[in-house]
Amino acid sequence: MPAPFKLPELGENIKGGTIVKVLVNVGDTITKEQPVLEMETDKAVVEVPAGLAGRVAEIHVKAGDKAEIGRLILTLDSEATPATPAPAPAKAPAAPPLPAKPRPVPVAPPPALAPTTAPAAGRVPVAAAPSVRKFAREIGIDIQQVPGSGDGGRITEEDVKRFAKELNTSRPQVATGPAAPPLPDFTRWGEVEIQPMNAVRRKTAEHMSLAWSQIPHVTQFDLADITDMEERRKKLSDRAEKAGAKLTVTAMLIKIVAAALKTFPKFNASINAAGGEVILKKFYNVGVAVDTERGLLVPVIRDVEKKNIIQIAAELSRLADKARTGKIGLDELQGGTFTVTNLGGIGGTHFTPIVNYPEVAILGIGRARREPAFTDKDGCCQPRLMLPLSLSYDHRLIDGADGARFLRWIVEAIEEPLLIPLEG
Amino acid sequence: MDKKQLVVIGGGPGGYPAAFLAADLGMKVTMVDQEANPGGVCLYRGCIPSKALLHVAKLLNETREAAAWGVKYAAPQLDIEKLRAWKNSVIDRLTGGLGQLRKQRNIEFIRGRARFSGAGGLVVATDSGEQKLAFEQAILASGSRPATIPGPPASPRIWDSTAALALESVPKSLLVIGGGYIGLELGSVYAALGSRVTVVEMLSGLLPGADRDLVTPLSRRIEKQFAAVLLNTRVAEVKETPEGIHVRFDGRDIKEPVQVFDRVLVSVGRKPNSGDLGLETTRIKPDAKGFIPVDEQRRTAEPSIFAIGDVAGEPMLAHKATHEARVAVEAALGKKTLFEPRAIPAVVFTDPEIAWCGLTETEAQKTGQPVKVARFPWAASGRALTLDRPEGVTKLIADPETGRVLGVGMAGPGAGDMIAEAALALEMGATAEDLALTIHPHPTLSESVMEAAELLLGHCTHVYRKK
Repeated sequence: MPAPFKLPELGENIKGGTIVKVLVNVGDTITKEQPVLEMETDKAVVEVPAGLAGRVAEIHVKAGDKAEIGRLILTLDSEATPATPAPAPAKAPAAPPLPAKPRPVPVAPPPALAPTTAPAAGRVPVAAAPSVRKFAREIGIDIQQVPGSGDGGRITEEDVKRFAKELNTSRPQVATGPAAPPLPDFTRWGEVEIQPMNAVRRKTAEHMSLAWSQIPHVTQFDLADITDMEERRKKLSDRAEKAGAKLTVTAMLIKIVAAALKTFPKFNASINAAGGEVILKKFYNVGVAVDTERGLLVPVIRDVEKKNIIQIAAELSRLADKARTGKIGLDELQGGTFTVTNLGGIGGTHFTPIVNYPEVAILGIGRARREPAFTDKDGCCQPRLMLPLSLSYDHRLIDGADGARFLRWIVEAIEEPLLIPLEG
Repeated sequence: MDKKQLVVIGGGPGGYPAAFLAADLGMKVTMVDQEANPGGVCLYRGCIPSKALLHVAKLLNETREAAAWGVKYAAPQLDIEKLRAWKNSVIDRLTGGLGQLRKQRNIEFIRGRARFSGAGGLVVATDSGEQKLAFEQAILASGSRPATIPGPPASPRIWDSTAALALESVPKSLLVIGGGYIGLELGSVYAALGSRVTVVEMLSGLLPGADRDLVTPLSRRIEKQFAAVLLNTRVAEVKETPEGIHVRFDGRDIKEPVQVFDRVLVSVGRKPNSGDLGLETTRIKPDAKGFIPVDEQRRTAEPSIFAIGDVAGEPMLAHKATHEARVAVEAALGKKTLFEPRAIPAVVFTDPEIAWCGLTETEAQKTGQPVKVARFPWAASGRALTLDRPEGVTKLIADPETGRVLGVGMAGPGAGDMIAEAALALEMGATAEDLALTIHPHPTLSESVMEAAELLLGHCTHVYRKK
């Protein structure tokens, strides 16, 4: 007798997808578990099992079709496949809870006849509320495999979610390189001293590895003529001092960065790679890298777009002091949307800063130096104070042209202070 | 002929919840049943009328027991007509209400008897002739009927449970063949109404399947109320004579091998209604006992047909059928669903009631599964003593390593209601500690669950065990 095969549920929040390939032909005899379709959902390409056994009488879809859950896919002449009474469930693991084993996540669970979870006589079934068992079934997780965190190994909905997540992350990832090989014995070549990493160093190491492994970096270099800005800085530094702040290039650049971030919102964003989203932030908190005895710290100046340069400068020196004296609070190190790092006090020209994950860009400031500049009129050479700027960005979100435009905008805003009131 | 989206065959506690849920979920539902209103055996000839009569039986017994508490009643006067009418009014009210609910849900109803004609067709025999139907999917919930034994002649004096519930008369003497829950419930009713009741059981104890320590309080009480309880005894011959029904017993300890009874109630279990359904036109083949094999979604060998309730296998209990109804409807809608209960409570509505769910101690012994068992005697329960019912017991069966509750059993008044907590505990995977740490209201019999859990953990307020 003809039986319809409709597109079953494929997973949480998946409404349908595009049919990549139909894997059966009219006349084929198929089994329940046999994949009949390859579907591309917005999450993954999955194979869809038939869920029914029989002979394919009619195929109602073709490759390229969009199909929603419930759409008629095949008509089957179901063969005599007597439904036997519930098959004996698979032997349970001897010692629960079972550790999560890496294995492909079943994105498309068998639609109709899921494997039994009914307990066999003489053994303890997993401890999970009916609602939790239902939840696991619906997202295609075998509840027997989920380690329970509760008393007596009870499985909570959180446990199921964690297990599902682990399955997802334990799938082979393209980006992860080979593990670091063991270190050689350096004492073979001379004396060594072993120092433990302090907390800041360990955290920095972790964070840099994370940023480096997650973010495809590109660094854009540019030079800003700060001859005029320096003149103004010196002229206004008395006023700033009276107001209680030391007017610095960093503080002035932070104000310019704030305006640049408002003009280029992508630079004030984060990427949610798993969700396929870009999170644009409507607040502008600039972190400033501070070199301390304990290591690198990045205190954050909040809402820079609402503060004037004097306020920024005052806050910067207050935070930098706190960082250096170890009095900085954790909350003052969090919530940044963009980072500025100024090595100009030490020297050097351009460098390639690492983006402070999960931000998407960082501006590096080098040491300004006098350089001969050619004025366009008479070709005469003049000494100008040139500031090396290095912008590293996340190339997943920011294209090369965007990076160049952003950094150019900053350079122009430095050279032409009217640009911010004009455009910013 | 238009094709019905879903046809539900049978209007009992499997069929009507299936039809109602399917309609609520947006399906176009047709229901076929032989009665005017939904209800099935449960409402018309089973759970409900028997509970109405057991309520009266309890009242009668308590008026007698009240003498010991200083309250004396004159002998009760029975108006059997009125009692029957009241019992029937309960049935009418419930089934009438279900009929209303069916109408409100716009469920099409065909009164008649259905037979399959292939995997997508039905022929319904109605009062006005045969009606043919085509369907996309069907849920078969045809239920069960009382089992019979060879021997007894067909006679109005030989009852099955349906006849006993009809309450035609209160016989002077009644033989109940079969010491299962139906026989004991109905035997209790007639004993309370004034019949001399004898129970005969082939096996060595009443209520086979239940743990013995739960049956003991009932056996003791029944021995006082009934004329005799004959165990290890077979019925060799049943002969109807004008003076009564002569029954010859065959058993080791039987003193009077031939006895005469006014009525005989045959209550030896129930049989699934899988015959005369036209199943031979489908791929469905009932098993040796007549049950229809189904998978875990209650789908039969015919993918368009589901089977639920008594016809789909043991245990033949209304609440199992109702739960299966949900599974079958969800499966029919293509949802990911499974029939996977951790516990199906069993209740015997005698006095005392006996209820259990999950693993029994007997099963654990049979399979060799290690368990830890705690028994809380109701003699230590304040509430039980205020009811003058110290004979009850609440028993917890747990995993010795994790303390997970694996089974719960109870005997005593109200056990049937209290077992619901145990079913929830089992479904939730609760531990004995969970039960012990849950505040139970005082003074109630439900405290016995908490105290049994405490006992299992080593110390309990109202029972002292020397370490």
